[in-house]
Amino acid sequence: MDRLVVQAKDHPIQELDTKTDTRDYLAHSRKDAEKKGFSDWLIVDVDAHHVESVSWPEITSYIDDPVVRHQAEMYHKERVGSPPYGLNGDLGLRYQDVGGRIPHQSSQREIIDKKDVHRDVVLTKRAMYGLAVDYMVIFPTPMLFLGMHPQTDMEVFLSRAYNRWLTERILPSDPGMLTLVYLPFNTPNEALKMVEEFANVPSVIGFCVTSTRYKPVHANEYMKLYRAIEETGKPIAFHAGYHWQDPSLATCNTFLGMHALGFAWCNIVHMTNWILNGIPERFPKLNSIWVESGLSWIPFLMQRLDDQYLMRQSEAPLLKKMPSEYMSQNCFYSCQPMEKSNLKALECTFEMINANSQLLYSSDWPHFDFDTPSVIYDLPFLDEGSKRNILGLNSAKLFNLDVSGTKKY
Amino acid sequence: MRVFRVGKINDFKDREKKIVIVDNNEVGVFRINNNFYAWKNVCPHQGGPVCQGRLFPLVKENLDPEMQSHGRIYDEKKLNIVCPWHGLEFDVETGLHPGNPNLKLDPITIEIDSETVYVQL
Repeated sequence: MDRLVVQAKDHPIQELDTKTDTRDYLAHSRKDAEKKGFSDWLIVDVDAHHVESVSWPEITSYIDDPVVRHQAEMYHKERVGSPPYGLNGDLGLRYQDVGGRIPHQSSQREIIDKKDVHRDVVLTKRAMYGLAVDYMVIFPTPMLFLGMHPQTDMEVFLSRAYNRWLTERILPSDPGMLTLVYLPFNTPNEALKMVEEFANVPSVIGFCVTSTRYKPVHANEYMKLYRAIEETGKPIAFHAGYHWQDPSLATCNTFLGMHALGFAWCNIVHMTNWILNGIPERFPKLNSIWVESGLSWIPFLMQRLDDQYLMRQSEAPLLKKMPSEYMSQNCFYSCQPMEKSNLKALECTFEMINANSQLLYSSDWPHFDFDTPSVIYDLPFLDEGSKRNILGLNSAKLFNLDVSGTKKY
Repeated sequence: MRVFRVGKINDFKDREKKIVIVDNNEVGVFRINNNFYAWKNVCPHQGGPVCQGRLFPLVKENLDPEMQSHGRIYDEKKLNIVCPWHGLEFDVETGLHPGNPNLKLDPITIEIDSETVYVQL
């Protein structure tokens, strides 16, 4: 056989690092999307992140309270090497990149060539291109821990400032960028005011409670809040997180163990209280979304609560059906980080949670355990209709989005 | 038969890599000591650009004879390529994930003559 020697071409990017353009970082995802024809698919990513602390002086300039705002200004002007004013980010944030193994989790220092567009808009649009999504719901990152802040007022100051900054400075730049407004849940009256202030802002498609907090979601002080959210017709989301100082999680010596448990545990507790106290019966039109806990915790909790409920129904008299039925009919779930090591278990999970109507695709980009849309597309046990529902149509229905998308190509 | 010339042997320093494109396929070529290895630049986990990641020595637990742990240490004899998307690690010489041998990089045939490294698809 004739032997023909051809010169191989050097790849223009030999190694991905913290300065790599997001579009290059996600080039394999984009190529995969083009191969699979995602241009014809509505894809909604209900959970992606930006690092709001990079823009923290801008955000704190929106603080209402003049004294606190001035403190923040002075702090950022004169302090060097200190964490952003008022934030209480968890220790675990320092370990997310596995010691430099996952550079995009470390930081995104890529070149932003457009001077007239905010950095976060540029980065988000590059991620939307790479993941081929039409809509991306943007969440903050260190603010996910604000529910553990010892000063409850600080959660109110910072969340209102963030919500105003995000909806005025960032989201109007692109119709595909959306938010679930951060609620200062530790202060119920202020959370209610937040709903009233932002309910009609176009980019606001719902409301978010960061789950890392020690507050019972069934407390009477939250009923006005739930009623108000129900009346907006928009959902409430519980975005998971971890808290390494939690006494039980503090026994974990690895980020791996703490993170694996922590991101599920907070929502396991809140869901238990949500269901057993009959919140879906009290507010039947209030949709809840359970974000970033993965999926494997749901069948566990369904079986656990069903088993115990039958023996102790008198402790949950508001319920008219089994806890698992509320969880599969009244609740929605984001899929990431989707546990894929046992496809039989995953298929069973999809059946138990009614994934065809209740499951919503999420990427969690740019975090270390992000999922591309292909994690859903490649599942062997789903038909095309279910894939389309999970990747976008379920979200379009829940959030009342235009199904023609945002012309992502 | 077509073969693709990647470069001169001496272009590679020990424990370094080069990513090339051949017929629209991305391939990572690695040198360890005087041996060369080539793997497809696709992670078996989620399709990430595994060969464009960073190289790290294998991490081991430092146990004493009584099974007490004294932290973690690097095994400098073993080199892993780490997928930059999600951090999955693969032994550059075997292509195997250190914790799950069912996860393996896709091998590419490599040829070396006296001074040049080639790959074949």
